[in-house]
Amino acid sequence: MSIWPEERVLPLERDGLNTVDMTINVGPQHPATHGVFRMVLTVDGEVVVDCEPYIGYLHRGLEKLTESADYRQAMGWWDRTDYLAGMCCEMAYCMAVEKMAGIEVPERAEYIRVMMAELSRINSHFMFLGAFGADVGSFGTSFIYAWRERERIYDFFEEVAGDRMFPTYFRPGGVQMDLPANCESRVRGLISSIRQGIEDFDGLLTGNEIFVERCQGLAPMTTERAINWGITGPILRATGLPWDVRKAEPYSVYDRLDFEIPTGKQGDIFDRYFVRLAEVYQSTRIVEQCLEQMPGGLVLNPDLPKTLRIDKGECYIRTEGTKGEYGVYAMARGGNKAYRMKLRSPSFSNLAALKEMVVGSYLADAIIILGSLDIVLGEVDK
Amino acid sequence: MSFGDPFFGISWLDAIIRTVIVVLVMTVIVVYLTYGERKVVALFQQRLGPMRTGPWGLLQGFADAVKLVTKEDIRPANADRWVFEFAPYLTFIPVLMVLISLPFARDWGVRNMTLGMFYVFAILGLNIVGILMAGLGSGNKYALLGGVRAAAQMLSYEIPLVISLLSVAMIAGTLNLNAIAGLQAHRPFIVLQPLAFLIFFTAMLSELHRAPFDIPVAESEIVGGYFVEYSGIRWSMFQLTEYASMWAFSVFGSTMFLGGWEYPKGGDWGWGWQLFLTFVKSGAWIIAIMWVRTTVPRLRIDQLMSFCWKVLLPLSLAQMLMNGFILVYGWPQELLTVTSGAGAVFLFVLIALVIRRPKKKTTLLGAYRQGSLPSGQGSAP
Repeated sequence: MSIWPEERVLPLERDGLNTVDMTINVGPQHPATHGVFRMVLTVDGEVVVDCEPYIGYLHRGLEKLTESADYRQAMGWWDRTDYLAGMCCEMAYCMAVEKMAGIEVPERAEYIRVMMAELSRINSHFMFLGAFGADVGSFGTSFIYAWRERERIYDFFEEVAGDRMFPTYFRPGGVQMDLPANCESRVRGLISSIRQGIEDFDGLLTGNEIFVERCQGLAPMTTERAINWGITGPILRATGLPWDVRKAEPYSVYDRLDFEIPTGKQGDIFDRYFVRLAEVYQSTRIVEQCLEQMPGGLVLNPDLPKTLRIDKGECYIRTEGTKGEYGVYAMARGGNKAYRMKLRSPSFSNLAALKEMVVGSYLADAIIILGSLDIVLGEVDK
Repeated sequence: MSFGDPFFGISWLDAIIRTVIVVLVMTVIVVYLTYGERKVVALFQQRLGPMRTGPWGLLQGFADAVKLVTKEDIRPANADRWVFEFAPYLTFIPVLMVLISLPFARDWGVRNMTLGMFYVFAILGLNIVGILMAGLGSGNKYALLGGVRAAAQMLSYEIPLVISLLSVAMIAGTLNLNAIAGLQAHRPFIVLQPLAFLIFFTAMLSELHRAPFDIPVAESEIVGGYFVEYSGIRWSMFQLTEYASMWAFSVFGSTMFLGGWEYPKGGDWGWGWQLFLTFVKSGAWIIAIMWVRTTVPRLRIDQLMSFCWKVLLPLSLAQMLMNGFILVYGWPQELLTVTSGAGAVFLFVLIALVIRRPKKKTTLLGAYRQGSLPSGQGSAP
């Protein structure tokens, strides 16, 4: 009796031995795929010789849905693209609508938006750090360290916006409501806690010999290859190119804030990890500056019409999402609904390079290469 | 009555009674090891661990055991029936057989074997058969990978494990575990053989499939490895094996290196103190294993192999060579503390040199803060 009834048997002559390649299905239910991503790996022993990614398990038709709903109703779905940092997505969507309709945003609202978006970015990066540590095999300790900070950020979101993961807090023309009275002390406490979290990760993973040995020099990416693949975000910055939309084409109030763009040197897994760790620190700096510079005043434009109608308009907005360049192409042809909304999601472009990185590496490395891309399936599948 | 004499004066009845006692004690200990592991891990991860079942969750292990026994025993359709069903027992029986030879206190053990250490080596090797059977018989590719990984890893690490134990046997001049413990009345062997101790501890982690060598059961890669298809009672047999062998190894290791039941005043203060010593030493040993597990990531299979063959094996052979010189030329044994200690330091230096660490961990992040590392102000490519 064969125990491999469905196995595709391909006898290969290697070094005088007859061996058979084996296909392994990783996902859509697998602890290391961070959602419902599936890849079929063909392995020769422990070495991956082929990788076939399958996406689409989380497709919800976001772009089509947006065409069938009012501008303000549709925003709730945009939270759910990069669901680890919902407010970054809301920001891009709102900016696109505002640009088409020509709506002014009060200055206080801009600062609140930047602050919340940066907290979301910290949230997403901590999720990466925790899950990546678990991929490399640190038995959940890194996960719990990350969770501690994420819980505090989510608690703050709940207090401000009324919901944790999908706040739907931004509106075209500002934000839904003003910050609570104790906001400043809350955020300062949050920042010191986050900085402690950075130190904890630094102590747990960065200096660990096994972690360094696993990650250094693995799947290196040159800047040219990264640009050819359309890779953006921390993975591009890990190759040494300081490309960040917040600096290159400042939107909102980012041009008034002082922060740096951490870059790596060789674009390997370790650099990707470390760039994200350093970015968390920069984000805490941005949040601090937002608190200091935040003016008083309204948080929502008072001249908004009851129903938002845009006669004609077309724009492309790009923002720095947590995974890379998060672009929204919007088109209006009258009425209260968008004619077309297109999302340029960074995870999708970054994931395209997976095969090139994975083929030729060990099976265990394939898992952490996938982890280092930090994909969010809500954004890949839209 | 002395525990050295057979119960009721009948040898075979005595063997059965002692084995039953050891198995019962082992079961309770395993139940509390699972509880203890969850509590220790929770401590490291800033959680509480099990708290609901009984006071401080003390009955959690029993609740889990009842749940596992009553679960359905599923066999995959394309599994090889007999191989699949017998594999858990074949992994468990060697561990049980090892327990027979362990001295928990003077004369407190099932049998005091003259070749006890040799017996332990010989039996532990059998463990691989069951794991390989589980991997092959499950009809699952993750299980196959896990089983093959386990076989490769355990075969490799058995060599430094055995050689480091042989160094102890050379100094002790006997293979009897009780006699080895008795020789450590004034000075445990870890003082004479720090290098052998480190090698033993590392190789033991690998034999137990514990982090950082949990490659055969890697949760995030092959989702549990060779026991991925098992459920219910058969799955719990694998867990039982894991924890029972952890306990057996900790008692065995503390007998070999930490003085077992003997070291501080064991011979003078009676069996209660001896049992306490065994308990404390093996407990510390187990907590060290759990500590390592919660802290370090996992190695890759090729790194694991090269670490075994290029680092551990030569160093364990060097330790044996040192012991040989001491024995042949009759030099004082204290010399071993120096040479073996130097070897242990060399081991750490070697690890630090081989691994290309980027920079000192705190300076790297600090450099970003001060802006001294390259970081751009944003420019189009």
